[in-house]
Amino acid sequence: MHLTSGAEATIHLEDGVIIKERVPKRYRLVELDERIRKERTRAEARLMSEARRVGVPTPIIYDINGSTIEMEYITGEPIKNVMTPQLSERVGEVVGRLHSGGIIHGDLTTSNIILHDDKIYLIDFGLAFVSRIVESQGVDVHVLFQTFESTHKDHEKLIEAFCKGYSRTFENADDVIKRVKEIEKRGRYA
Amino acid sequence: MTTVLGIEGTAWNLSAAIVNEKDVVAEVTETYRPPTGGIHPREAAQHHAKYASQVIRDLLNEGKQHGVDVGDIDAIAFSQGPGLGPCLRTVATAARMLSLSLNIPLVGVNHCIAHIEVGRWKTPASDPVVLYVSGANSQVLAYRMGKYRVFGETLDIGIGNAFDKFARNAGLSHPGGPKIEEYAKNADKYIPLPYVVKGMDFSFSGLSTAATDALKNASIEDVCYSFQETAFAMMVEVTERALAHTGKSEVLLAGGVGANMRLREMLDIMCDDRGASFYVPEKRFMGDNGAMIAYLGLIMFESGTVTDIDRSHVNPNFRPDDVEVIWIAEDSDNEGTK
Repeated sequence: MHLTSGAEATIHLEDGVIIKERVPKRYRLVELDERIRKERTRAEARLMSEARRVGVPTPIIYDINGSTIEMEYITGEPIKNVMTPQLSERVGEVVGRLHSGGIIHGDLTTSNIILHDDKIYLIDFGLAFVSRIVESQGVDVHVLFQTFESTHKDHEKLIEAFCKGYSRTFENADDVIKRVKEIEKRGRYA
Repeated sequence: MTTVLGIEGTAWNLSAAIVNEKDVVAEVTETYRPPTGGIHPREAAQHHAKYASQVIRDLLNEGKQHGVDVGDIDAIAFSQGPGLGPCLRTVATAARMLSLSLNIPLVGVNHCIAHIEVGRWKTPASDPVVLYVSGANSQVLAYRMGKYRVFGETLDIGIGNAFDKFARNAGLSHPGGPKIEEYAKNADKYIPLPYVVKGMDFSFSGLSTAATDALKNASIEDVCYSFQETAFAMMVEVTERALAHTGKSEVLLAGGVGANMRLREMLDIMCDDRGASFYVPEKRFMGDNGAMIAYLGLIMFESGTVTDIDRSHVNPNFRPDDVEVIWIAEDSDNEGTK
């Protein structure tokens, strides 16, 4: 079953297994294109496993083949459909652990956070990278807050609750939250 | 009919134009060409100072031949930034003098946005994702909620500067881009170079250095080809992501590096595969030109913008997302109007 096609990859579900394939780009030279897709696929799988090691639930990787990853299908609800301040606080804890582990998700939206078995999973590490820089952490949180604002009426409560959880699991949380406010003022869109 | 005189001189090109709503009435350009090496900001500014009065005089004469008198000009527009400080100050001084002596209001404009707006004027693009590529600037922008937002940009130097830096090291003359494009046509193979996309941003300085190093073991043709393929793919990738993210269906190419045919081809393929339309203005509107400054001045003036002399200081780091875009109706988000 075909699930989605983003700018970068297509996602299929077969026998309860997610198959994520980075699609070739015709505008790129074949050699360059293959190298990038392979590198990114490997990096994505590595960061997902690394995230799990630092206490962030992520899908289990079954296999990597060239630019294709087979991984566990996380059933459950995207958090955007069930968001409450209580859940937002727990999301804050999860993101705090991710950032403590030196990983930036890169596309932290409420569609990429799944509530399953009363655990909060992060999915789609396609844009994830390694960084301990406040700016990168700030942009990660800023992107999440933007999806709060665009899809939830009580986003202020959600942000407040997130910060509470985030501060609990990440010692530099205060610096990052301060940076998020700066990033908002910049009007830079990313 | 509103008529505006605009002056551009943010870097090496001094150019002034008179435009009205319909078209460019007159344009006069005097380009600074360094005898060796790259652009020295002070020397470029001295060039602009030397030629400014002659360019304006010639422009006014040319305007007169096309039926526009000094008295018909409603506003004087100039590039307030971004650009090289000494060049910006020289051109701003010329614009202020014209404004004061002719008693015509001044309109300071953002150079990056002028590139975008002239593209919307001179192509069918109405609400595009813009890839703006020049010497100093490399950005992916799109209109959203009252501003041209920067979706991705270079983290260090512009693509044109990266080309120029490499070209100087390879013994090629300024500007590097056109020579690199020529050499690339005769390449045999691709040499792996660093492909640096971080989130929505890209970086060129390491790539330029790696390309210079690669010259030790490879032909200049192969290196030029590999440099172009790598750098352009990075920017096209971010442009595609911005398209997917915003849901827009047009791409507009702007800036001097947009003259490169391989870059155009890659954007064209990407747009084709996504079902988007791809627009490139005529070459005269791609590099820095006076017409784009005059045109942006015109639409800003028509929407009520005037810059008082004491607020006409230049800003070498003037960001496009600092400008409130009041000439596009607020409710036209995702379907821009002309």
